[in-house]
Amino acid sequence: MLGSGADRLRADVNRLLAFLFHQGILDEQFLQLQQLQDESSPNFVSQVVNIYFQESEKLLRNLRSLLMERKLSDYKNIGIHINQLMGSSSSIGAKRVRNVCVAFRAASDQNNRTGCLRVLEVLEHDYCFLKNKLHELFQIEQQRILAGGVGYPMQN
Amino acid sequence: MATQTQFHVLAVDDSLIDRKLIERLLKTSSYQVTAVDSGSKALEFLGLNGENEDEERNSSVESVSAADEDHQVGVNLIITDYCMPGMTGYDLLRKIKQSSSFKDIPVVIMSSENIPSRINRCLEDGAEEFFLKPVKLSDVNKLRPHLMKGITTKNEMQSNTNKRKGSEEIQSPDRTRPRYNELEVV
Repeated sequence: MLGSGADRLRADVNRLLAFLFHQGILDEQFLQLQQLQDESSPNFVSQVVNIYFQESEKLLRNLRSLLMERKLSDYKNIGIHINQLMGSSSSIGAKRVRNVCVAFRAASDQNNRTGCLRVLEVLEHDYCFLKNKLHELFQIEQQRILAGGVGYPMQN
Repeated sequence: MATQTQFHVLAVDDSLIDRKLIERLLKTSSYQVTAVDSGSKALEFLGLNGENEDEERNSSVESVSAADEDHQVGVNLIITDYCMPGMTGYDLLRKIKQSSSFKDIPVVIMSSENIPSRINRCLEDGAEEFFLKPVKLSDVNKLRPHLMKGITTKNEMQSNTNKRKGSEEIQSPDRTRPRYNELEVV
């Protein structure tokens, strides 16, 4: 029957979302993004999230090279990078990554290089996890639409 | 009564993601949007280059520019991020409020940081609202009264100019009828 595959996939999407919310990976701002997706902007969520991925990876790369500098003194620049990542994470509802940025900024404000490197590792790990999960989400969504599911709005 | 008019909002934010977000929020609310990534680009769009307001319109600004001979720039509200490199949102607010052409355009400030002294300073210096990021639909819904007020104010000013002689008369806002053709969007 047309649609039962789509229904199953919708259940999968909801289950994954519930998991991500429950684990504190995402917050209600992600729901706001979904609410903004409609016929006139059917790919809004994945568009914004893909921009987020591109920007975040650049920021994370820069942060790592800044912290690896032999004579590290440019904590101001590090702070600017962290603020950007914090802001964009907050804007898409990436709650966990945002919270790690808060800890990162605290270490950076204290010019604590060791602390910064430790937090950066956590940040890189959590970012990777987020990216994988969101890719999974988009994949299931895509399959759901191909199976005849309605694309938008995404209902929870 | 009045014909359907679209309000035009100028959004200013150096973050691409936040520009996309505010643009979508505003379009969902049926506003026309122009999004720029800096305060100086915002001033350029408005036609405010340098000190002199009468300076020629920047011809390199593409047709999106709302400045033309007959109308004042058709921007009904400016919403700007606070923290931007170069000109901050606060600097932009000040420049707008100091401009005779644009001081009546409502300005809204957004910031990811909840700093009461910053918020108070912006509100005291003329910002209509201060939104904490991430901005939501419920925030954007607060813009409409400020935009509607802009119509009444403009028409009160019109009435006052026309009735210079009889200035003792008390002007009641109910006497003005909204003139939507003044908000024609280029």
